[in-house]
Amino acid sequence: MLEIEKLNVSVENKIILNDFSLKINPGEVHAVMGKNGAGKSSLAQAIIGNSNYSINSGKIKFNGSLINDLEINERALLGIFLAFQYPIEIPGVNNTYLLRSALNAKLKSEGKDEIDSFDFLKLIKTLMNKMNISDEFIHRSVNEGFSGGEKKKNEVLQMLLLEPKLCILDETDSGLDVDALKIVSNGVNELRDSERSFLIITHYKRLLELIKPDLVHVIANGTIVKTGNATLADELDKKGFDWV
Amino acid sequence: MKNNADQFIREKYEHGFVTDIEQDTFEPGLDEDVIKKISQIKNEPSFLTEWRLRAFSQWKTMQEPHWGQLKYNPIDYQSLSYYSAPKNNKDAPKSLDEVDPKLLETYEKLGIPLHERAKLAGVAVDAVFDSVSVATTFKDTLEKVGVIFCSFSEAVQKYPELIERYLGTVVPQRDNFFAALNSAVFSDGSFVYIPKNTKCPMELSTYFRINASNTGQFERTLIIADEGSYVSYLEGCTAPMRDENQLHAAVVELVALKDAEIKYSTVQNWYPGDENGVGGIYNFVTKRGDCRGANSKISWTQVETGSAITWKYPSCILRGENSIGKFYSVAVANNFQQADTGTKMIHIGKNTKSTIISKGISAGNASNAYRGRVKFFKNAENARNYTQCDSLILGSNASAHTFPEIDNLCNKSVIEHEATTSKISDDQLMYCQQRGLSEEDSVNLIVNGFCKEVFKELPMEFAVEAQNLLNVTLEGAIG
Repeated sequence: MLEIEKLNVSVENKIILNDFSLKINPGEVHAVMGKNGAGKSSLAQAIIGNSNYSINSGKIKFNGSLINDLEINERALLGIFLAFQYPIEIPGVNNTYLLRSALNAKLKSEGKDEIDSFDFLKLIKTLMNKMNISDEFIHRSVNEGFSGGEKKKNEVLQMLLLEPKLCILDETDSGLDVDALKIVSNGVNELRDSERSFLIITHYKRLLELIKPDLVHVIANGTIVKTGNATLADELDKKGFDWV
Repeated sequence: MKNNADQFIREKYEHGFVTDIEQDTFEPGLDEDVIKKISQIKNEPSFLTEWRLRAFSQWKTMQEPHWGQLKYNPIDYQSLSYYSAPKNNKDAPKSLDEVDPKLLETYEKLGIPLHERAKLAGVAVDAVFDSVSVATTFKDTLEKVGVIFCSFSEAVQKYPELIERYLGTVVPQRDNFFAALNSAVFSDGSFVYIPKNTKCPMELSTYFRINASNTGQFERTLIIADEGSYVSYLEGCTAPMRDENQLHAAVVELVALKDAEIKYSTVQNWYPGDENGVGGIYNFVTKRGDCRGANSKISWTQVETGSAITWKYPSCILRGENSIGKFYSVAVANNFQQADTGTKMIHIGKNTKSTIISKGISAGNASNAYRGRVKFFKNAENARNYTQCDSLILGSNASAHTFPEIDNLCNKSVIEHEATTSKISDDQLMYCQQRGLSEEDSVNLIVNGFCKEVFKELPMEFAVEAQNLLNVTLEGAIG
């Protein structure tokens, strides 16, 4: 699914990913942990194609093709989705308007017909139910005036709607109470299947107890310094990152 | 020179300007003779000739206003020609093949039917589309209920008493420099009269009016809604219009009598000039509505995307008790366009209410200013105004300015004012793009969200067109 080879990335001439390699197979869930500033979010930004992150060398491949030079929306349409750490507010733009435009962009890229308003409303309401999102959400602007938890739930709602091939969750668990955490992880678990892959960036093992990862990576100074199975998260929780 | 002109006019008049389409433009220059000749050609009653002359003598004492947030080279009023017969096809393209391909591309994007494109592009073909039959059908419908909808010139001939009674009662001749100029030399325009207790059975649109083309640079519109009547009027069209005249100074007057309502919607898309701002239209317009009777309502909804320079403040005089004025505006300026637009709400009567929703968008190197004035006279008890003016900036070279003015002489009134200025941030764009939308679609999504409150005030088909228009106007505004 995703192959990153010897990636070197910088922002404003500061190197933030260095000789970074990672391979995620279809159906796998990978967790990425590490201290603040270790390069976790930068990894997510580099994968989605944020233009502020320049690739100096190395390759990012998605389903076998090199995507280094693809635009952010081109990568999105290939099936790469990021649940943002800080979802942005877009005043004036209705939630459902954005969601429907996004879904239609996806359908169009797959050569399918656009979804009509009635079918869309039915679909989104089912998903909102799953995420325990109230009806008024439909009438509100994108993330405007949302609490931290609502914003994160909205990210997962979008993920459920767009059914991406690779889901990247950037600290989606931060700022969530126990109930919201459960809803979010249920949403993610529902999407898990033998084809879909996940890259979960987090500080805490509590999310990884709800979404069991296949592999856990520890990042420091822009590269992976340790990889293990799910028990690595427990060990890190007890001993801290410096132990690595 | 003058003799030539005299001779020319006489010939012109003998032939009648409707059939003769050759050599029908005045020599440049403006004096009393020119005005008399305009009036003479149009066979106007003497009250109107005198009215024009009074306007001219006042105009001569006035100065071109320069308080707007606008920069342009001085206009030499003596270098302009002040009369051109309705059809001047000499320099017009002979077929669509001769039309600027860029213009045709825009028509394509706006989804304008093929048979209308030729007319819009000014192709010199007779009866390029079947507007005549459309027009005839609607004329019948209107006549049945007694609605008058015709060109201003026709109204002067057929209903001089209405013209004499209402012309200049909302925008006086010496109201401002451009209004005075228009009053002296206006070419043609529209006239509407809705009889008492009549709901106009259809949206009136200049687009369907016969002889609507080439009303020229000094257009004059007068709409009268008699007691208890209702009319919705659409001006302009979303397609970019070609015009040889750079200076436009129109005047629109609305009169709403007791319990009457006028909804006036405009989509203005005059040529804005090229990417460097060369050659665009200068649009200096005076639009004003008078809520003359109790419980009357006037609303202005405008989508302004064209012109190099826009100077325009559709206003309401809330004279009648309980009268209501509304102003909804989206003004877009891209490349080197400059817009200085807004409104005035003048509260005179008791319990009068006004709402102002202004959305300004600036992109490229453009400058966009909102200028508003809310005035409460001493007796305007319990009057209320709500103003919301939002600016959206795209790119780093564009600018937005807001000049709200509040003048309150009444201590029993309420004024609320909200204003925001925002920029489409890279993060917002990235967020939308990460969801699979192209950069352009992302910009459109955000801009349309920003304008939603205004678009929903437009008649439905117009709203869809306006949205497309906005997308085309802002094409390439980012990146």
